[in-house]
Amino acid sequence: MTINVNPPVAPDTAMQMGPQDYIRRSASSVPTPARQLEPVAKLIDVSKCIGCKACQSACLEWNDLREEVGINVGVYDNPHDLTPNTFTLMRFTEWVNPETDNLEWLIRKDGCMHCADPGCLKACPAPGAIVQYSNGVVDFVKENCIGCGYCVKGCPFDIPRISKVDNRAYKCTLCSDRIAVGQGPACAKACPTKAIVFGTKEEMKAHAAERIEDLKSRGYANAGLYDPPGVGGTHVMYVLHHADKPSIYAGLPDDPRISPLVEAWKGVTRYAGLAVMGIAAAAGVLHMAVSGRNRVTVEDDEEARRLTSAAPGAAPLDPSEETLS
Amino acid sequence: MTDSTLHGRPVPQVTKADIDRGDRLHVGREVVVDRYTKWARVNHWITAISLILLALSGLALFHPSLYWLTALFGGGQWTRAIHPWIGVVLFISFAGLFIRFFRLNLPRREDAQWAAQIGDVLKGDEDKLPEVGKYNAGQKFVFWAMSILITFLIVSGLAVWERYFSQYLTVPQLRVAMLVHSMSAVAIICVWIIHVYAAFWVEGTLRAMTRGSVSGGWAWRHHRKWLRALATYGKRDDKAPRGRGPLA
Amino acid sequence: MTNSWTDIRNTDLVVIMGGNAAEAHPCGFKWVTEAKANRGAKLIVVDPRYTRSASVADYYAPIRQGTDIAFLLGVIKYCIDNDKVQWDYVNAFTNAAYIVKEGFTYQDGLFTGYDADKRDYDRATWDYEIGDDGYVVMDETLQNPRCVWNLLKDHISIYTPEMVERICGTPREKFLKVAEMISECSTPTKTMTSMYALGWTQHSKGSQNIRSMAMLQLILGNIGVRGGGMNALRGHSNIQGLTDIGLMSNLIPGYLNIPTEREVDYATYISSRGFKPLRPNQVSYWQNYPKFFVSFMKAMWGSAATPENQFAYDYLPKLDLPAYDVLRAFEMMDQGQMFGYFCQGFNPLLSFPDRGKITRSLSKLKYLVVMDPLETETARFWENHGEFNDVDSASIQTEVYQLPTSCFAEDEGALVNSGRWLQWHWPAQNLPGQARHDTWIMAQIHLKLKQLYQEEGGKFPDPILNLHWPYADPTDPKADEIARELNGYAVETLRDPNDPTKVTVEAGQQVPGFAALRDDGSTAAGCWIYSGCFNQNGNNMARRDNSDPDATGAYLNWAFSWPANRRILYNRASADLDGNAWDPDRKLIEWDGEKWTGYDVPDIPPTAKPREVGPFIMNPEGQSRLFTRGMMRDGPFPAHYEPFESPVVNVVAPAIRGNPVARVFESDRESFGDAEEFPYAATSYRLTEHFHYWTKHVWVNAVLQPEFFVEISEELAAERGIEKGGWCRVWNKRGSVQAKAVVTKRIQPLICDGKPVHIVGIPLHWGFTGAAKNGMGPNSLTPFVGDANIETPEFKAFLVNIEPSSGPATA
Repeated sequence: MTINVNPPVAPDTAMQMGPQDYIRRSASSVPTPARQLEPVAKLIDVSKCIGCKACQSACLEWNDLREEVGINVGVYDNPHDLTPNTFTLMRFTEWVNPETDNLEWLIRKDGCMHCADPGCLKACPAPGAIVQYSNGVVDFVKENCIGCGYCVKGCPFDIPRISKVDNRAYKCTLCSDRIAVGQGPACAKACPTKAIVFGTKEEMKAHAAERIEDLKSRGYANAGLYDPPGVGGTHVMYVLHHADKPSIYAGLPDDPRISPLVEAWKGVTRYAGLAVMGIAAAAGVLHMAVSGRNRVTVEDDEEARRLTSAAPGAAPLDPSEETLS
Repeated sequence: MTDSTLHGRPVPQVTKADIDRGDRLHVGREVVVDRYTKWARVNHWITAISLILLALSGLALFHPSLYWLTALFGGGQWTRAIHPWIGVVLFISFAGLFIRFFRLNLPRREDAQWAAQIGDVLKGDEDKLPEVGKYNAGQKFVFWAMSILITFLIVSGLAVWERYFSQYLTVPQLRVAMLVHSMSAVAIICVWIIHVYAAFWVEGTLRAMTRGSVSGGWAWRHHRKWLRALATYGKRDDKAPRGRGPLA
Repeated sequence: MTNSWTDIRNTDLVVIMGGNAAEAHPCGFKWVTEAKANRGAKLIVVDPRYTRSASVADYYAPIRQGTDIAFLLGVIKYCIDNDKVQWDYVNAFTNAAYIVKEGFTYQDGLFTGYDADKRDYDRATWDYEIGDDGYVVMDETLQNPRCVWNLLKDHISIYTPEMVERICGTPREKFLKVAEMISECSTPTKTMTSMYALGWTQHSKGSQNIRSMAMLQLILGNIGVRGGGMNALRGHSNIQGLTDIGLMSNLIPGYLNIPTEREVDYATYISSRGFKPLRPNQVSYWQNYPKFFVSFMKAMWGSAATPENQFAYDYLPKLDLPAYDVLRAFEMMDQGQMFGYFCQGFNPLLSFPDRGKITRSLSKLKYLVVMDPLETETARFWENHGEFNDVDSASIQTEVYQLPTSCFAEDEGALVNSGRWLQWHWPAQNLPGQARHDTWIMAQIHLKLKQLYQEEGGKFPDPILNLHWPYADPTDPKADEIARELNGYAVETLRDPNDPTKVTVEAGQQVPGFAALRDDGSTAAGCWIYSGCFNQNGNNMARRDNSDPDATGAYLNWAFSWPANRRILYNRASADLDGNAWDPDRKLIEWDGEKWTGYDVPDIPPTAKPREVGPFIMNPEGQSRLFTRGMMRDGPFPAHYEPFESPVVNVVAPAIRGNPVARVFESDRESFGDAEEFPYAATSYRLTEHFHYWTKHVWVNAVLQPEFFVEISEELAAERGIEKGGWCRVWNKRGSVQAKAVVTKRIQPLICDGKPVHIVGIPLHWGFTGAAKNGMGPNSLTPFVGDANIETPEFKAFLVNIEPSSGPATA
C-alpha cells in the first residue's frame, strides 16, 4: 500500500488479485472467495489538485489509448467528455462562492467511482463482462463484453463509454493490471501534488480526515469526504472543500444511487416479465387441454355453401356433388 | 340486405367495405375463401420470423438464464449487433402489414359484445357470439397491441441503439427507454403467445397464412359477417374445378 | 533559486507572483502542497489571472501586469510603517546603515545622472560614502538621513495602498490583506518563500521586479533561511544550466564576463574585478576571480594558455557593445549586418518578439542552421502555411540546414534544475533516424573548421587551432569527459601552500572543488561553480541517495548542487549574529563555538567567527543590498515604470514611457501602439498541458490542449460581442492572430487610475508543425523591447485590440 507514490515501491504481493477474488460477476454467479482482500481506494483530494492533467496523460499512456486531437470549445476541459479512449477527465468549474463572493476554480478528476454497489455490473447482461473483486475494484472484461451499453444506463455517474471501433465498453479499471502486481494506479503515480493517492480504504479515509481538518482550518467549514452511501460507498473517493454541495463540482451527483428505473428494469420487470410470459404459455396449454380445439363442423360448411350459393351471381351447383363427407 | 334474424341471432348488415381486395370466394364442391394474398402472407411471415428472432435475441439479453440463446446468433456481440437491425426489418415489415390490415381492424360495434362474451369465446361457443367480420375483437386486439408495442419498441430501441443514436440522449432518457423497451418486449411476447395459440386452437386458421385461404365452414363459423359480405359483394370464382378442392 | 525545490516544504507562506508555479512547474509545485499539508503553510497568488496556482491558494489578489514594483514597494512600505521588520536581520545582514554619497536623488521618476539621449544614467553618485579607512561609512543608529534605510523609506513613501490600487488595480482591501499576511513573516520563526518566473523577468524592468521582492525578503529576514529565499522557477529543464555555463553573449561559464574591447589586456581586465572588501573581515569571494578565469582559460586552451601569453587572453572575443543579446542579433539580421545564424535547440520564430520582424530577419540571412530534435517552425519559416505562416517562399533565398539532434531522453548528461541541482541522467533509448548528439555535431564543425584553418590559414587561427580537445574520440566528446572538464583538474601537481611537501592533488587528477583552483595556470576548470560535481569521488551528479537527516529537505547526497553542493545560498544568514538559528525548529547551520556545522554546506569559511564575517560572501560588503549602488542600469532602488505599451499613463511620472533606460531600436519605435488604438492589456503565458513549442509534437499533449485560444473576461466578451468557444481576432501594429475565445470569470476587468482595464491572456504553445491544431502565438504581437539590464523581452505586458472573427481560412 502506498500513499507515497514516488519513488516507486516494491510490488506489494498482498494486493495481487485474480479471478479467484471475484465477489460479483455480471449475469452470472461466482463462488464465495476463499479470502477477503483488503478493500482499496483511490482518494482524490480536489483541494490539492492543480488540474495539470498529468493523470489524464498517464492514463492515456498506461492504457495505450489514442484519443483524438480535438478542438477548443471555450473551456479547459479536453477532451470535452469521457470517451472510450478517455477513462479519466479533468472537469473545470468556475464557481463564485455566494458566501464570500470569491471565485473558486473547482477542478475535479472525473472517472469510474468503483461503487461497492455497482450499477453497471447489475445492468450488464453478458456473463463475466463486468466483475467486482473483493478489494472493491470494478473491472470490465473486454472479452466478455457485447457492447450493449446497459452499463451506461446502470451507472449513476455516467461513466462507461461504448467504443464505436470494437463495440465494447470502456472505463477506468483502477489500473487493475497494476494493482494486480502491487502497483498503484497510473494516475496516482503521475500526480505531482499527491492530490491522487491510493491505498487501503481505511488508510485513505484516515488520510482524508487529516485533509478535511486542514481544510476546515482554512475556512472550509463544509469540507468533507465523498464516499456516497447510496451506492454502498465507493472505492474512488473525493475530498471536497464543499462536501455539502457535490454537484457544484461539474455535476458530481449529490446523492448517487442506482436509478429506480434501472432497478425496475433489471429487477421486477425481469422476473415479472418471465413470469407473465410463462403464465401466458401455460394458460394456452391448459386451455387447449380443457376445451380442446375449436373445430369447424360439417354444419358450418353446409351453411357456408348454402349462403354462398344463394348469393347473387352464384353459379348453379351440380346436384351430384351436393353431398359432402 | 335487410335486418333479419337467423337462428335467433340478428343478421348484420354487410357492405362492400367489410371485405379486403384480395378476398375471394371459390365455390365448388367445397367452399374455399381466399383470406390473404401471397404478398400479405410473405409480409406476415417476414414479420413473424423477425419477431421470433427479436424475441430470442432480446430474451438472451433480458435474463442471464437465457443468455445461451446468443449462441443462435453467433455470440453476444453478434446478438447485440443484429437485434436492432432485425428490429428495423420488423418495423418496416409490420408497417406493410399495418397498411394492409388496419382498415378491417378498426373497431366495430359488435366487437364490444364479442369481447364481453369472452367466456363463450374461450368455450368455443360461437353460436352465442355476434357475427363478426374479417377480424374478431381478439384479432383486433392482437393487431392493435402489436402496432402500439412495435411503435414503443422501435422508438425505445432506436434510442438505446448505441451505435447510432444513444449519444443524442441523456442517460436518464436512456433508462426510461430501456424500461419501456423491456416492458414492451414482455408485453409483445405475451401478445404473440396469444396470437400463436389462437391460431393453433382455432383449427383451420393456420392455412390462412400458409395457403392463403380458409374453408367456407371456417369463415361461416368464425367470421360470418365477412362471409356474408363476400357472398354479397365479393369476387367469386365458381369455375373452380369440381371435386378438386384446394385440399385435394 | 537561492533555496531548493525541496526546501519549499519548510515554508510558512508561499507567495506566487510573477509566475504560475502550479501551471508551469507542476512537479515542483508538489513542495507547495507539502508545505500546505504538513506545515499548514498559506499560499498567496497575485496575478492578472485567477490561475491554476490561484485555484489552490488561500488568498488571491488580482494585479495589472507590469505593476509588480508598485505592489511590492507598497508591501515594503506597509511593513516599515507597521514595524513588521526583522530588525536584527536588517541591522546585521543588510546595508541599511550604509551612508550613500551626497548628490544621489530620485525625482520625477528618474535617479541622478539621467541622459535622455543616451537613454542611460551616469551612475557615479549611486554609491556609498567611503571613509578614510577605505571602508564604507555606516550609521548603525539609522539616524543619518543619507543612510540606505532612510533613503529607502523616502523612496517608497508614495506607494500607499491607495496608490497601489490606482496603479495595480488591486482593490485596496485585497492589497492590505496580502500585505498583512506577508508582514507576519517578519518574525524570526516565520518564513516566506517567493516563487516567481517569467511573469517577472519578461518585462522592460524585469530585474527590478525581482529586486523589489528580494528587498522585501531581506527586510523580513527571509534570505538564507529554510523555507525562505528568492526562488526563480526556471522556464526550461536546463535553462539554469544555460546561464551557469555562460550561454549569453557577454558571459563565459560561471558568471565570468567576456572582456570588453576597452579591456585590451588581462591586467586591465582583471583590475576592475578585484572586488576589494567594503567592510573589514569580509570574504568578498569574487576576489578569487582570477583563479576561476585562469582555470577556465586553461580548460579552453590547455598548454597554449601560458602566463607569457596572458593565458591566451587574446583568444577571447572582445565585446564592442554591452551584449549581443537575441534582440540585437535579430536587429542586426534585419539591418543586413548578420547573415548566418546557428540556431541550436531554439525556436525563435515563435520565441522572440515581433514575429513579423523575426521572419523578415531570417529571410535576409544567407544561411540558417537549425539543430533541433523537432521539426521547428524556425526551420520551416520559409514555408507558406496560409494564415499560420503567410510568407512568399519564392522571395526567400535563405539556405536552411536542418541537423536533427537528440532529445533529452536520448542523451546522457546533467540537467541543472531551478534549485541549482546538477542531476545526471542516462539515455532511455537510442537516437532515432539520422539524429546525432549536439556534441557530435559541434565536434564535426570544430574539426572541419580546424582543418580548413590548417589547410588555408587565416587572420587569427590560434583560438581554433589551439583549442584544447582532449577527448578520447575527438569526433565524439562524451558527456562524462565534458563534465570532468567542467569540474576541473590539476594541470600540475598541487601542493599545500602551507606545507609544500604535502601533495594535495596529483597532476591530471580531478580537483575536489573550486577552492583548489589557482590563478597560476596549475589548474583547469571549465565552469568554476560546477567544480565538485565530478571530483575524486566520481560523478557526484549521479548520486541518488534520498536520505534526509531530520527531514530538513536538504538531501545532501542526492545529485550535486552548485556551489560546493550547497543547498541554500547565504545559509549563514539562517543564524543570528551569534550563530544561533533564528528559528530553533528550522536549524540550517549553527556556530558551535569553533566552526559552523549543520545540515547544509556552510557558505562562509567554516571557521569564520560570527559578528566578524557577513553572510553575503559574494558582495564586497559581506552584507546584502537594499541599495544596489551602480550594479543595475535602471536604478539602485526599483521604481514603478509602466510597460512600453500600457493602458494607463505612469501616474508616478507621467512623462516617462516604459523603462527610461531600456534599449529601443530606432526601427521599432513605430511599431509601438497606444491605448487609444489598442485599449486592451495583453499578456502571454504557458499552459500546464504543454512545454513551449515541443509538446505540440506529442500526441497526448496535443489531445489535452489541442488548439490556440485567448482568454478574456465575460465583460470584455460582452463588450466586443465575442462568444465563448467562438473565433476572435487579436491584433496590434505588429501583427494579428486568430484564436478561439475562452471567456472566463478567471479574468476580471481591473480599475486602474479610475478606468477599467481589460486583460487579454494569450498562451503560447501553437505553431504550424506538430500534432496539435495549427495556431499562432503571442509573439506575433509582442513588442521588440527588453529588460534594461538583461534584455529579456517584454512578453508579459503589451497592448492589443480584439474583435469577433470567422476563424482562419485554413483552420
